[in-house]
Amino acid sequence: MVTNITNLGRSGLSDWLIQRVSAVVLALYALFVVAYLLFHPNLDYATWSGLFAQTWMRIFSLLAFISMAAHAWVGLWTVSTDYLKHTGVRFGFQAVVILAIFVFLVWGVQVLWGA
Amino acid sequence: MSNLQVSVYRYNPETDSAPYMQEFQVDTQGRDLMVLNVLTMIKDQDSSLAFRRSCREGVCGSDGMNMNGTNGLACITPLSDVAKDNKLVLRPLPGLPVMRDLVVDMGLFYKQYERMQPYLQNDTTAPAIERLQSPEERDKLDGLYECILCACCSTSCPSFWWNPDKFVGPAGLLQAYRFLADSRDNATQARLAELEDPFSLFRCRGIMNCVAVCPKGLNPTRAIGKIREMLLSNAT
Repeated sequence: MVTNITNLGRSGLSDWLIQRVSAVVLALYALFVVAYLLFHPNLDYATWSGLFAQTWMRIFSLLAFISMAAHAWVGLWTVSTDYLKHTGVRFGFQAVVILAIFVFLVWGVQVLWGA
Repeated sequence: MSNLQVSVYRYNPETDSAPYMQEFQVDTQGRDLMVLNVLTMIKDQDSSLAFRRSCREGVCGSDGMNMNGTNGLACITPLSDVAKDNKLVLRPLPGLPVMRDLVVDMGLFYKQYERMQPYLQNDTTAPAIERLQSPEERDKLDGLYECILCACCSTSCPSFWWNPDKFVGPAGLLQAYRFLADSRDNATQARLAELEDPFSLFRCRGIMNCVAVCPKGLNPTRAIGKIREMLLSNAT
């Protein structure tokens, strides 16, 4: 029996599913943003700001941010357990990654709903 | 040109402080020999060379080694498949501790195999003669039971190199599915529970090195995908 306490879902199956589902969300979001930019060649601040003022876009963006956070946690946790063999170094790396993910997520929420 | 230049990994922990490569010249007389034949010719030149071999026809799985960068069985790999510009580099299977020259310690590999409990488990009363299978049920075991445990696949897998104590590896997982797919085995839930953590099965990233090197042409990646499907349908 292999146990773990620092991976996102406490289970390989749930981590794997989170990784796959969040990848689909991120792909859809990236395709949408690229398509939006292509269809608005002379994009100005008012149009761009107007897009993010709409509730559906904020929900879509927040969903993408949360997916990014989960995706990054699962992925970088895997990288750390593959390559960082010293427990202190590994735990330190995981702590920094999780802190950064938390900061970026809160910051993202502030950008979406602030001012 | 029938002179083959062979570079062989040498290490004797009792006398050498570090491993080194030793060069040999072998006269193949233009024949397309198997790599194992070349090794026996080298052994005639230097009897201190250690390597494993037994059946010399790809059945026992003893002579798995790394030939010009690719894992395989020396006895069924012709020089024309691996040698480049009449040069051949022979190394032990990567990722396992070297005991001497081309002989590796397979302990971790067998431990992961043992963890998969590779035997039929059935707690229902045994019938008078035997547990019967339909031809269709038997067909599901094709491509699974043929594994000879040569370790070529697991030792070509980076996930197994980094975590050989936690990741079961392609060979063990192929056997896990061999018993999950067996209609006569009913320990399915216990077997799946053993594989659900982030390492045992899910450290597989599907790069298919195992499929590329398997000397028996088996497909561990497909078996791992099938186990993943079973885990998912069991838990959603």
